[in-house]
Amino acid sequence: MSDIIHHPEHHVKLPEGSIGKQTTTLNLGPTHPATHGVFQNILEVDGERIVSAEQTVGYIHRAFEKIAERRPLYQITPLTDRLNYCSSPINNMGWHMTCEKLLGVQTPKRVDYLRIIIMELARISDHLICNSIVGVDTGAFTGFLYVMQYRELIYEIYEEICGSRLTTNIGRIGGFERNFTPTAFQKLDRFLAEYPGVLKEFIALFERNRIFMERTMGTGAIGAERALNYGFTGPNLRAAGADYDVRVTSPYCSYEDFQFDIPVGTTGDNYDRWLVRNEEMWQSLRIIEQAYEKVKAFTGAEAEIYHADVPEYYLPEKKDVYTKMEALIWHFKIVMGEIDMPKGEVYHAVEGGNGELGFYLISDGGRTPYRLHFRRPCFIYYQAYSELTKGAMLSDAIITMSSLNLIAGELDA
Amino acid sequence: MGLTIEHIQETLKEKFGEAIVNMESPYGMFTFEVPKDLNLKVLQFLYDEPELKFRFLTDICAVHYPDQKGRELAVVYHLHNMTENVRIRMKVFTDIQAPDVYTASSLFSAANWMERETYDFYGVNFLGHPNLKRILNVDEMDYFPMRKEFPMEDQTRRDKDDEMFGRG
Repeated sequence: MSDIIHHPEHHVKLPEGSIGKQTTTLNLGPTHPATHGVFQNILEVDGERIVSAEQTVGYIHRAFEKIAERRPLYQITPLTDRLNYCSSPINNMGWHMTCEKLLGVQTPKRVDYLRIIIMELARISDHLICNSIVGVDTGAFTGFLYVMQYRELIYEIYEEICGSRLTTNIGRIGGFERNFTPTAFQKLDRFLAEYPGVLKEFIALFERNRIFMERTMGTGAIGAERALNYGFTGPNLRAAGADYDVRVTSPYCSYEDFQFDIPVGTTGDNYDRWLVRNEEMWQSLRIIEQAYEKVKAFTGAEAEIYHADVPEYYLPEKKDVYTKMEALIWHFKIVMGEIDMPKGEVYHAVEGGNGELGFYLISDGGRTPYRLHFRRPCFIYYQAYSELTKGAMLSDAIITMSSLNLIAGELDA
Repeated sequence: MGLTIEHIQETLKEKFGEAIVNMESPYGMFTFEVPKDLNLKVLQFLYDEPELKFRFLTDICAVHYPDQKGRELAVVYHLHNMTENVRIRMKVFTDIQAPDVYTASSLFSAANWMERETYDFYGVNFLGHPNLKRILNVDEMDYFPMRKEFPMEDQTRRDKDDEMFGRG
């Protein structure tokens, strides 16, 4: 590859006195329709080949870690929404679980299973967007438009549970703010009935499509060794052949009760990343079906449980606040911030849409975290972009960028 | 799951003796502190030692403790042994007047941006880093915003005319 770049015959003979620079500097971004987010790449291109790429990030940095140092735990949840906004419920749940780990809260099984349903729906919507965008960048818009209907259905399920769609702020420390409504379950039924057929059609559009294969195979490839050294996690690492999945290695939220496989690729290129995400969607469907069965199996009072009994952190229901003394007291204490956290430091990781999403929380025993650090997977693996695109064609670099599943909100925190 | 916390402790003690201090396991994660001039040696040892093999760098971040004189800044490394599935946490403390810590970017490519982020927010000067400049903040910024001397707005401040929200 490099000898093509530096081969002198590739260049026009420049007249005497011309500037000797043989490459063109090209700004890709910060606001370019093909980058799907606010990233800037300063590319040195030789014709259509990329000699080097320098990534600039930080255009939408919002100082979440700093803001979190002034906020009680439950007010940090909306900040986590805005990290990876394609799968905000996973961020929310990950944050709740971090708090629960620090506070020593045990969640009931039904809460865990409901959370798993939501998290796996979020994973599907995340992968769906990423994979269909890869399709768009290779010139196939149909798939994107088609699956968007089912992302819409997933958002309607969120809406039914928490009232919002994109930045969900779903759940509370200890469980959910309200039980799933019958409509939510109806929508889930519809999703489970219709989505497998849609996913099958979506895959059929691309998987053996000559153009798609030519565009994605062998581009943006990385081996497992390099990927691990670069801190890759999630589907990008699994596409390179390492079977690391937080749900399996350090199960949280009762993932150990479920049967599912971890798909792995071999080459770590754009095509394998795309295949791994598709297979993960099938696995997520499997998990949702199992979780749904388990939720249905609860009877009597157990079938109504949707949060743990943690009055110090779980806001009581409004009607109880108006009628019960104890609920009023807890409500007051939580809202006025009179409850101190235990001292300690905790790291909790969940399998986010694009990798290991970690929360490192240090508490000095006050009302707010002393320090909160988010391990944001795409911030870490985006470093590899210049290595991935070195010597590649400009148009392949665009596909590589979208197949890495970069989310600007997460990148910049 | 053959790798236990005790074994890691013993192996580290054997190699580095008294240099490894403050060993504890909050919430089940083995945590220890090393002197700042040894950080790279310990990281390399944890990486190479066939029984330890902490070869995945999960995270680097810093913490500011303004009350600890001479050791105000802590750099925290989270490491992961993926084959044994063990996570550990390593801390390095440094004086805020001379916050020089050796870079881990030669060992882990992932450390490059993590260290840039840490520098950007806390001003930790990673010696030997190939490209130590700001990453999320603007290049012209001349302070390190996550340090504790820059507090967020105090919710009880009285200098704002804001009668609607009860602080006028």
